[in-house]
Amino acid sequence: MGESNRYLPASAADREAMLREIGVPSIDDLFSSIPASLRFGGALRVPGPLAEMDLIAELTAISRANRDIPVGAQFLGGGAYRHFCPAVVDHLLSRTEFYSSYTPYQPEISQGTLQAVFEYQTLICQLTELDIANASMYDGASALAEGILMSERVNPKGRVVVSDRLHPEYLRVAQTYLANMSIVTVPFGSRADGSADPEAARRVLAGNASALVVQHPNFFGCLEQVEALAAAAHEAGAALIVAVTEPVALGLLKGPGSQGADIVLGEAHSFGVPLSYGGPFLGFMAARTRFLRNMPGRLVGEARDADGRRGYVLTLSTREQHIRREKATSNICTNEGLCALTATIFLATLGKEGLRDLAIQNHAKAAYARERIGAAPGCRLRDAAPIFNEFVVELPVSAEKAVRDLAERGLVAGLALSRYLPERPRDLLVTVTEINPRSEIDRLAAELGRLA
Amino acid sequence: MDSRGLRPPEKLLFEVSRPGRRGAALPPLDIPDPDRYGLEPAYTRAEVGGFPELSEVEVVRHFTRLSRLNYAIDLGLYPLGSCTMKYNPKVNEKIARLPGFADAHPQLPEELAQGSLRLMHDLERALAAICGMDRFTLQPAAGAQGELAGILMARAYHRDRGRARQVVLIPDSAHGTNPASAHLAGYRVEQIASNDRGCVDLEALRRRLDDEVAVLMLTNPNTLGVFESEIEAIPRPVHDKGALLYMDGANLNAFVGRARPGDMGVDVHHLNLHKTFSTPHGGGGPGAGPVGVKGILEPYLPAPLVEKTGERYRFSHDRPKSIGKVRSFFGNFGMFVRAWAFILAHGPDGLREMSEVAVLNANYIRTKLADLYHLPYDAPSLHEVVFSDRDLEETGVHTLDVAKRLMDYGFHPPTIYFPLIVKGALMIEPTESESREELDLFIAAMRAIVEEARSTPELVRSAPHSTPIRRLDEVGAARNPVLRYAGPASPPAARGSR
Repeated sequence: MGESNRYLPASAADREAMLREIGVPSIDDLFSSIPASLRFGGALRVPGPLAEMDLIAELTAISRANRDIPVGAQFLGGGAYRHFCPAVVDHLLSRTEFYSSYTPYQPEISQGTLQAVFEYQTLICQLTELDIANASMYDGASALAEGILMSERVNPKGRVVVSDRLHPEYLRVAQTYLANMSIVTVPFGSRADGSADPEAARRVLAGNASALVVQHPNFFGCLEQVEALAAAAHEAGAALIVAVTEPVALGLLKGPGSQGADIVLGEAHSFGVPLSYGGPFLGFMAARTRFLRNMPGRLVGEARDADGRRGYVLTLSTREQHIRREKATSNICTNEGLCALTATIFLATLGKEGLRDLAIQNHAKAAYARERIGAAPGCRLRDAAPIFNEFVVELPVSAEKAVRDLAERGLVAGLALSRYLPERPRDLLVTVTEINPRSEIDRLAAELGRLA
Repeated sequence: MDSRGLRPPEKLLFEVSRPGRRGAALPPLDIPDPDRYGLEPAYTRAEVGGFPELSEVEVVRHFTRLSRLNYAIDLGLYPLGSCTMKYNPKVNEKIARLPGFADAHPQLPEELAQGSLRLMHDLERALAAICGMDRFTLQPAAGAQGELAGILMARAYHRDRGRARQVVLIPDSAHGTNPASAHLAGYRVEQIASNDRGCVDLEALRRRLDDEVAVLMLTNPNTLGVFESEIEAIPRPVHDKGALLYMDGANLNAFVGRARPGDMGVDVHHLNLHKTFSTPHGGGGPGAGPVGVKGILEPYLPAPLVEKTGERYRFSHDRPKSIGKVRSFFGNFGMFVRAWAFILAHGPDGLREMSEVAVLNANYIRTKLADLYHLPYDAPSLHEVVFSDRDLEETGVHTLDVAKRLMDYGFHPPTIYFPLIVKGALMIEPTESESREELDLFIAAMRAIVEEARSTPELVRSAPHSTPIRRLDEVGAARNPVLRYAGPASPPAARGSR
C-alpha cells in the first residue's frame, strides 16, 4: 500500500483485520466481480502524491499564473460582477455543518439548511416582487432555459420571442436546451436608445408565443421599459420572462414582478459568491403562483412536526426527477445549494439599507464613468437609455487590442464585445461597481482618451 | 417550557429583523456630487419591501445556530448511498480561496488567465487517464447536466449519420436523472427490466435493440453497488446496431485505478466531482459533472475546450459540430480547483487505495449486517450495499423507521427506497473516509434497531426522539404549500405579493 494516505483512517492492520472478518484473503478478491479482461493493472497517469505543504505551493504557483491586476483596476462585467463581500459571509458558509452536508432529504437533521433555503426563497420573492421562488438553478443561463421550458409547459406554443439585447451566452445555452424540444427562439429588435422595442416585440409575438424574453438591465447595460414589454406580452397571450444578470440592480430598481413580469430569473452570484473564473454561480427563478406545479428544482415549504412545532421540508417533490423520472419538470438534482446559502447570508448582512446603498453606489459610479469616458477624445457612447452599472463605448480602435494594450498598463478596460459580436470590433462593455475607486475610473477615461 | 433548551427553534431572519439595523456599510462615495446621477422614479422603488434589517452579530448568531441543526460529514458517518459522502479535505477550501483563483473574472482575456486554463487542461487530462476516455468537457454544473450534455452529443452524432433515432434504453434500476435527461434531449425513454441478479438482462437487451435505439444508458457499478456482470458482452450488440453506450459514472468511487469505463466499450461517460473527487456537497451543491467521450464524439463536445500550444493555453471556441453550451462561461471552476487538489494529494496509488478502502468498508458493513438485514441481491458488492426491510415485516417497522431511528444513534440514514427495484431499500455507502471504529458504531446501531423493532417497535416507529424537531407532516406541507415568509402571524400567501 505504500506510505499511508492522510485522508484514510484504515491502517494496514485494520485492513487485514477487516478482510479476515469479511472472509477473503486480499483486497484483490473484493474486485473479483470485475472480469479479468477489464481489470486495469497499470499505473494511472496522474501526478502526485503531494504532501499538504507541497500541494499548497503547487496550486499557489498555478493561481499566480493568472495575471495579478488590482481588482479596482478591472472593469469587467458582462454576466459576472465583482462586489465587496463582508467577512462574515465566508466565515458562516465555511461552517462545516453547511458545506459538508447534502440535499436535506432527512428534515429532522437538516433544519439549518432547510430554514436558510426558506429564507432564500423569501428574499428572492421580495427582490423580484413575485409569489414563489425555487432553490436553485445552476446559473443564470440554464435558469433561462428552464424558465422557457416552464412557460412552454404551461402554454405550449413551440415559440418564444427573445430580445436581441440578451446575453449571448444565455441565448446559446437556452438554444442548446431547446434544440430537441421543438421550441424555436425568434429575435426582436431594439430602439435607437439601446433598449428593447415593445412595438417590435408586439409585431414578432403576433399572438403566437409562450413567452417574451428580455434582459433587464440588458446585455449592453441599458434599462428596459418593463411595463410596456409586459403589456406587449400579455396582449399576445404570452408570459413575460425577465432575465437579470446583475441582481444588485434590484436593490434600486422596481421588482419586475410589480411591473408585470410573470417569471423573473437569472444569476445571483453577485450576492457574495466569488467570481472564481465563472463558477460555481447561482441561478435563481421566481414566478407567479400559477407556475407552481410546473416549477423546476427544489422547493422548501413550512411544515409542522408531531408536536406542532414549525419546521421546514422539501416539498412538491412529485415534480422532480427522483419521483417522476422522464415526466419530471426538469432533470436537475444537485443544484447550487451552498451558493443560495451564501446569497442569503450576504443579503441578511447588507439588509434593506445596505443593499440599497450598494445599488446606488454601483449606479452612481457607473454613471460618473460613463460621463467621463463619453467625454474622452475618440470615444463615443453607444446607447442613450439609462443604465445601471455598465455601458458600451465605441473606441477609435479595435477594442480587443485596446484591452490587451491597457492590460500592460495595469488596467482591464472592459469586455471587448467582438468576443460575442464580431460585427462590433470597436465596442467595449465597461462595468463599474463599488470596487472601482474614482482614481481608477479617471485613469481608465484618460487611457481610453489616448487611443485616438 | 422547552426541553430542548440547548437547541431552541431559531426564528426566521424576518422575525429577528428590527427597523434601522444593518450588518454592513460601504465607504462613502468618492465621486463628486453623486446625487446628480439619480434614476427617474419610473424605474426605481424606495425600498425592497420586507427585506431584513439585522446587525452583524445577529446575522452571525442566526446562521451559527442554524448550522447546529444540520448533520454533516464532519460529525460522523454519512452513508447516503449513491451520493459518496466522503471527507472534504480542508486544504482544498483554502486553495480554492487563493485570490488568483477566487478573484479571476471569467471575461478576462485568456492571456491574463493562463493559470485557470492550465488547471482546466491538466484536470481534463487526468480525468481522461483515470477513466480511459479521449477527451472531457468540464462545463456541466452537475451530474444531471452532464447526462444531458452526453445524450445531446450522442444525438448530434446520430444526426450527423442521418437520423437522430428515437429511443434511449435505461435499466429500471437507474437514477431518476437518467430518464429525465434523456427526455430533455428529445428522446423517448424505454425502461429495460433487470434480471434476477439486478443486472442487465442481455437477452432482453438484444431483443430490444434496433436501429431506433440511440443510446443504452448504464450505471456501472449499478445502483445495487454491483458490477454489471454482462458488461463485456453488452457493447458489441449495442454498437452493431449503431447505438452508443453511455455510462453514468456516479459510482466511479468503486473502482478508480482498478478499472476504467473507457476499457468497457463506453462511448460517453459522466462523473461527479462532488462524489469521487470530494468537492463539498454544500447542502445540495454546487457540484460538477464532467463528461468524457471517445474520439468519435469529440466533435460534438460543448464549446470551448482548452488546448495547449507550446507553453500557452487557449480556448478553442470554433467548434462547428458542437452541441453548443449547457452553462455560461466554463463550468464550476471552483470545483475544478478542489478536485485537482484532491487528485494531486492522492497520486495514482492513493486514488486506487481510495477505492479499495471504500469497497472494503462497504463489504465490512455487508458482512456484519447480512444476518439481520435481508440482502435482496447477493451479488458481490463494490462501494455500497443495498439491504431491504423484508425481514422486519412482522414487527411493523419499515425502512423509513429504521432511517429515522438511526438519527437517535447519531448517524445520517442511508439512502432509502432507492433503487426502485428493491422494496424498502436501504442503500449504504460508507466511502473510504470511515475508520473501523466508526463503522462498528454504525453496525451496532443497525443491529440494535433490529432488536428494538422486535421488542419495542413503537420506539422505532415514532423515531427520531433526540433531534431538534420530530417527524414533519410532509403531506400537509405539500397540500397547503407555504413557500415564503408572508409577515407576522398572517395567513399563508396573503401578503407581500400581488
